[in-house]
Amino acid sequence: MINNPVLRVIAKIMIPLILLFALYVQFHGDYGPGGGFQAGVIFAAALVLYAMVFGIEAAERVIPAKVLKVLIATGVLIYGGVGVYTLLLGSDFLDYNTLAHDPVHGQHLGIFLVELGVGITVAAVMISIFLAFAGRGARR
Amino acid sequence: MIDEQLSVLAVVAPLLAAPLCVLMPRARWSWLLALVASVACFAISVRLFVLVQSDGMIVTPLGGWAAPWGIEYRVDPVNSLVMLIVSGISSVCLLSARLSINKEIDSSRQPLFYTAWLLCLSGLIGMTVTGDAFNLFVFLEISSLSSYVLIAMGRDRRALTASFQYLVMGTIGATFIIIGVGFLYLATGSLNMADIAVRLPDTIATRTMESALAFLTVGMGLKIAMFPLHLWLPNAYAYAPSVVSAFIAATATKVALYALIRFLFTIFGYQFSFVEMPLSAILAVLAVAAVLVASTVAIFERDIKRMLAYSSVAQIGYMLLGIAIASQAGVTASIAHIFNHALMKGALFLALACVVYQIGSVMRDDLTGLSRRMPWTFGAFTIASLSLIGMPLTAGFTSKWLLVQAALAAGWWMIALLVLIGSLLAVVYIWRVIEIMIRPPAENAPRQEAPLSLLAPAWILALANIYFGIFTGINIGSAKAAAIWLLGGVS
Amino acid sequence: MDILGHLNYWVVVFLMMTGFYVVIASGNLVKKVVGLNLFQASVFILYISMGVVTGGEPPILRDGTDVYSNPLPHVLILTAIVVGVATTALGLALAIRIKEAYGSLEEDEIHLKETEGLNDTSNHSGESAGGIDG
Repeated sequence: MINNPVLRVIAKIMIPLILLFALYVQFHGDYGPGGGFQAGVIFAAALVLYAMVFGIEAAERVIPAKVLKVLIATGVLIYGGVGVYTLLLGSDFLDYNTLAHDPVHGQHLGIFLVELGVGITVAAVMISIFLAFAGRGARR
Repeated sequence: MIDEQLSVLAVVAPLLAAPLCVLMPRARWSWLLALVASVACFAISVRLFVLVQSDGMIVTPLGGWAAPWGIEYRVDPVNSLVMLIVSGISSVCLLSARLSINKEIDSSRQPLFYTAWLLCLSGLIGMTVTGDAFNLFVFLEISSLSSYVLIAMGRDRRALTASFQYLVMGTIGATFIIIGVGFLYLATGSLNMADIAVRLPDTIATRTMESALAFLTVGMGLKIAMFPLHLWLPNAYAYAPSVVSAFIAATATKVALYALIRFLFTIFGYQFSFVEMPLSAILAVLAVAAVLVASTVAIFERDIKRMLAYSSVAQIGYMLLGIAIASQAGVTASIAHIFNHALMKGALFLALACVVYQIGSVMRDDLTGLSRRMPWTFGAFTIASLSLIGMPLTAGFTSKWLLVQAALAAGWWMIALLVLIGSLLAVVYIWRVIEIMIRPPAENAPRQEAPLSLLAPAWILALANIYFGIFTGINIGSAKAAAIWLLGGVS
Repeated sequence: MDILGHLNYWVVVFLMMTGFYVVIASGNLVKKVVGLNLFQASVFILYISMGVVTGGEPPILRDGTDVYSNPLPHVLILTAIVVGVATTALGLALAIRIKEAYGSLEEDEIHLKETEGLNDTSNHSGESAGGIDG
């Protein structure tokens, strides 16, 4: 597929749009439908498309397996970290109200951070699942 | 302040240690981190257990949302005991994990192994503390998925098929559980267990509730390895890495059993589960069948790990029998047996971990003369075996005695007799192993005792079997308190 | 009896039984995973369809409407879908490892090899981690 010019050109146009849409879904999640899960999957879809058109090796150069592993862990740590931080502030686990002076701002900040953590982990997990399966096929 | 949040910390400590484990550059560090997290979880469990014994239930809301809307964790006399077992067994097993796992798993995969272990621990603890029916499903799946991974890491290629089989059956079980929870939610509009219990009487006598009970019982039955649904268990225990067998055998089915108790007694209530529905008869028949059939199969098993796995199925039969009797005495026996069985199976599988480490096989014929080749390992194995049979002065005796008493008090003398026959069968299968172990070894067989870090955990649990057989304050005493808590007015 | 009034339940039951049948009857491990997926999907539909409120609007806060569909089942199912994805990925990863270890994905062939190799002491440690455990 690497040598098909139509696919290459279309993919090059589509991938930035998909990534942008993923970011929109991620950060607009406070106001409308969306959130970390959906955004993470859309984000991963862009990289899966990249891997399919330009090859697994190229995709692994963009995001090496090691980086993915770190990202998976980071997302969970962000999520849990917010929870522990609210505990340290003296309220319930994941009670965003205390994150800022104003409960409304606190809720905004809390949901933003938590969804960011979810988004990072979901995107990294989906990409690494794809690379793990496809990479195995490509190596034999 | 901090005391109220302890139940959250018990779940979060292993949950956050898990991703850190992945990032550890060295296998040894991730082992250390896992051990620290697990011991922290155990310390929290001990603290919670003491607090609950003195002050009663501790309720912790999450995210600042009050109970029926938000998730809350509830620690009461029942689950504080289960938490204690799960985190305690995990810590002891992790102590012996380093050497045993070094031998059985490549060092590059060890951080992932410990990550899966911590996730499994976190899921199991979460299942016990949560007061929310759907949250229970989520934690159940966290623990199940990570236990599939743990089992698949066994050396033998059959570990893969065992894990796959467990995955298929476990997923069907978990799906049945969400169907049951879904029906509960349909009928009551709530997911909080306590809230459902309050609202349920309005809709209790409907077909929706009857099918919810059926789905939940069968779903949990798959996870518990209730007799005809136990097919995944023998292979999973036999081919998993040694310490994983010890950990999973001593905790996973116990926590699922706890969840069943929780659903039957706290949510549906004694009246509906055991008076209006014929659950008593169904569970009793299955339990007795489990004891007799699984014990008989165990006698003919040449692989000792598989033999112990079948013995687990039989022992789960005893626990289910206690629930089936559904009296305070019966439930006490059941909960006490959950505790005691964790101790004996943990000790037995950890002793086998020593054997695998030194000899590399757990086939019965390879263990000739073990009493002289590995006397200390043999000692721990024997003590735990005696407890498994139900010798007086061991933990196994106390709960079986309670169970027989409960059966007699309920007028089920036939069942009491069958329990005794089951114990005799246990004597047979244990004796067949011990008999081979005390045969004189071959001339050139060296003395090859396992290293201390493997022996010590096995002995800790073996001695615990004796301790809790003599001083029954913690296991029987708090099991009784738990049964009173669950059954309330019902005698 | 109003049969079509419970259309969603009929769909759920049909999907569930189809999935269950595939899991039980199919000997191919990948097909088993697919069946399992179908089985889980039926429960997703059960939950989502129970969240519908007659005449309800999508649960987004705005003026001019005060009847909303119940969003809670959707959130629950979002979680269950994630669990389903993880289960599928793990199941397929195991299937790949099994294929590498036994050279087959058919249950009866694998079973045959297992019973043949009962005394086989070959150590299978796998060359590297598979699927999401890698």
